[in-house]
Amino acid sequence: MTPEEWEIIALSLKVSILAVLLTLPVAFALAWLLARGRFPGKLLLDALVHLPLVLPPVVTGWLLLIAFGPNGPAGRLLADWLGITLMFRWTGAALAAAIMALPLMVRAMRLSIEAVDRRLESAARTLGASPWRAFLTVSLPLAMPGLLAGAVLGFARSIGEFGATITFVSNIPGETRTIPIAIYGALQIPGHEAEVTRLALIAVLLSLGALLVSELLARRMGPAGKDGHVL
Amino acid sequence: MSFEISVERRLGDARIALDLASGPGLTALFGPSGAGKSSILNMVAGLLRPDRGRIAVAGETLFDSAAGIDLTPERRRAGYVFQDGRLFPHRRVRDNLLYGWRLAGPAHRWMSLGEATDFLGIAPLLDRWPRTLSGGEAQRVAIGRALLSGPRFLLMDEPLSSLDMPRREEIMAVIERIRDDLQLPILYVSHDRAEVERLASRVVALG
Repeated sequence: MTPEEWEIIALSLKVSILAVLLTLPVAFALAWLLARGRFPGKLLLDALVHLPLVLPPVVTGWLLLIAFGPNGPAGRLLADWLGITLMFRWTGAALAAAIMALPLMVRAMRLSIEAVDRRLESAARTLGASPWRAFLTVSLPLAMPGLLAGAVLGFARSIGEFGATITFVSNIPGETRTIPIAIYGALQIPGHEAEVTRLALIAVLLSLGALLVSELLARRMGPAGKDGHVL
Repeated sequence: MSFEISVERRLGDARIALDLASGPGLTALFGPSGAGKSSILNMVAGLLRPDRGRIAVAGETLFDSAAGIDLTPERRRAGYVFQDGRLFPHRRVRDNLLYGWRLAGPAHRWMSLGEATDFLGIAPLLDRWPRTLSGGEAQRVAIGRALLSGPRFLLMDEPLSSLDMPRREEIMAVIERIRDDLQLPILYVSHDRAEVERLASRVVALG
């Protein structure tokens, strides 16, 4: 492994961790809304959340360019108010990965929230718990394995993110060149087969590890022994 | 008066209505399945809002549509024993028992963990997980959890229905002691005539 390759792996981890942290509260709120909420437009929201799963990633990347580019509405807002630009930055790579990971995370979390027996919350209420306390002491701990599984799954998805990322933030060494983008780049140049192999192996190990952790967490849907699956 | 209930509620096509004023002891709501017995208990517990009416227990008004009173479940101090126990699967028996006890103000507690476990004979179960309990054990823990929350009255929804004969006998003896020794007003739902005849101070037929 060369220092450049270590840098690529470190960057990928950094991007993916930020992506998961960005998505976690949003995915949880959406999962809760979709699992428990009853409101007009729920079906549309559900479809919108899942859109990145089926849209060509290059389209997602292009939409991000339009929204977060220097002349995009979101990009201008961030630049004027916070002095942040996302385009061609590693933070932009994290945003792209976050959006691509969102549907998977929402799915896993929603399943675990739906698996919580709401009658246990009623029991907690009659025992003196406010709705908020019933949520914190009953629903949240019971859903926790699924929430963690969703986060790990989102992390794995972020590690592998390619299309939206390269469209939105390009391929800049040390800034946006994550593992998949480095592999793609190395494939374009003759004589870099060994680098491709090493990075591909790392990608397989990271993804497989994350999937296994995620599945193990989901199977532990609380000591009640209810089975859950993300795979 | 222990229970003063005068409520109406439409659920789908069914209309549930009850007019009841009962003295101390165990008041049994008796009737076939689907007559809305559980819905009545849920209305008294604050889990289901009546369309109109008034609910008062031991002189305190819990719900009054005319006066705009509707206490939240956590402020009604009901000890609700559910048909299926509903123990928290992620907490050991001890933490299930203490769940309501910890939430109750010290002034509202009238039983300690030790007293409850002695009363119900569940001291050996304290470190067990709910999923390892038999039906009878789980129901005793559920009763203990309700008593420890410092309730002013008990609501019991067919607490014997999932038990075999010897366990039924055991839990019925416990309920009699709650009725006679602790003198807690109990609103009890059942569709079993023998059970009701043995336990009830007053029977109200429904449906």
